[in-house]
Amino acid sequence: MDFEKKGIYTVHEFTLAVKSTLTTGQFNDVWIRGEISNFTNHSSGHRYFTIKDKNSQLSCIMFKWHGNNLRFEPEQGMKVLVLGDIDVYEQRGVYQLKVREMRLDGVGELYKAYEQLKNKLAMEGLFSPDHKKPLPGFPTKIGVATSPTGAVLHDILTVLKRRYPVNILFIPTLVQGESAAQSIVNSIEALNRTDVDVIILGRGGGSIEDLWAFNEEIVAQAIFKSRIPIISAVGHETDYTICDFVADVRAPTPSAAAEIAVPQRQELANQISRLRDRLIDSEKRCLSDLQSRISELESGVDPRLLLERLTQYMQYIDELAQMQTSGFGRLLEVKQALLDAHAGKLNAISPLGTLSRGYSITLKLPQKTPVRSIADIEISDEISIIVNDGKIKCVVNDKEE
Amino acid sequence: MEISFEESLTELEGIADKLELGQLSLDESLLLFEKGIKLVRECNMKLKNARQNVEKLILENGDIKSEPFDAQE
Repeated sequence: MDFEKKGIYTVHEFTLAVKSTLTTGQFNDVWIRGEISNFTNHSSGHRYFTIKDKNSQLSCIMFKWHGNNLRFEPEQGMKVLVLGDIDVYEQRGVYQLKVREMRLDGVGELYKAYEQLKNKLAMEGLFSPDHKKPLPGFPTKIGVATSPTGAVLHDILTVLKRRYPVNILFIPTLVQGESAAQSIVNSIEALNRTDVDVIILGRGGGSIEDLWAFNEEIVAQAIFKSRIPIISAVGHETDYTICDFVADVRAPTPSAAAEIAVPQRQELANQISRLRDRLIDSEKRCLSDLQSRISELESGVDPRLLLERLTQYMQYIDELAQMQTSGFGRLLEVKQALLDAHAGKLNAISPLGTLSRGYSITLKLPQKTPVRSIADIEISDEISIIVNDGKIKCVVNDKEE
Repeated sequence: MEISFEESLTELEGIADKLELGQLSLDESLLLFEKGIKLVRECNMKLKNARQNVEKLILENGDIKSEPFDAQE
């Protein structure tokens, strides 16, 4: 029998033999593309999952110490590239891939991871306006973290020099590739140990893959923890990275970041000259107010003016007097005319008028009552007859009816 | 310590406001005016003397040091 010639393995021996064959062969250090399913993030920190395609599936394990470097949290359905080594799990006799590294497969997946991290950090409050630090109005030293090559540094320095030259501390930083995220974190942390009062974190435009370092959580956390305010200037105007949301201020371009960081020298010079004008105008006004008060007071005690005033007063008094006199005379004339008129009327009805026309008036004495009737008088009564120019005293001798 | 440009500017604005408000004695206004004009001179001097000085920060074994950096390369 064949098996007698070949010998008989125990299950364990066989498994070990298979394992040995598999693990010493070409199945180490391989990249495999697939979609994640049955993902379990175990409490031990190890991650268990399957990657599959249309026709096959492969069990995977990612130990905690490898998973620590993950730049996104794997999810069911994610398309990934995994790097690992084949292994056999002896107890169950299954082969599996020990995953050392996992990457998102394709731009679509990057966008998914971007959204995922963005949501997560938003939930954690990293984008909250409450955490935004105000930028200094007049920075004296600006930290610039960007690539030593490329136009970004040059653009920033040029704009700063033109607007308002200040001290600049440049820290060469990797902004693309595997180590970029860590390099950015290091730069932010290093600048936080210096006396710069604002940091510009810059990078030129690029694809989402190029800008990926700025979408990594460690970078976001470093920006969040920075004690110095950070202006994020990554990519072009239309590129938004996670950094832009966490940073205290987001600039559309590196040049714009430089413009935001410092005021414009010419504007400041204008502002100062406006202030100087205000000082001079106010002081002039103050002095001229005092001057006019002084001359006002001075003029009050000038003898010439006193004399002039005096003569003015005298003239005024004369005028008053004149007015009074002329007023009195006119009044008299009016009254006189009025009197004459009344007197005329009175004359017309007065008995004295009758006398002047040749009549006489008889009064009975001693009462001097007018005699109007024969009955008013008796014989021997004394009467007085008034004529125009005198009186005649008579005694009544006789009377007739 | 030398006061910053920002502080000078803020002080200058305060002085201009105060002077404009008036209601000051001659001595007070002259003193303020003199101080203001001095600040104007200082601010202008600071603006005029502002120079760009670029240094490069280097990390070495956890220590940081800086050296002059020629930006015109």
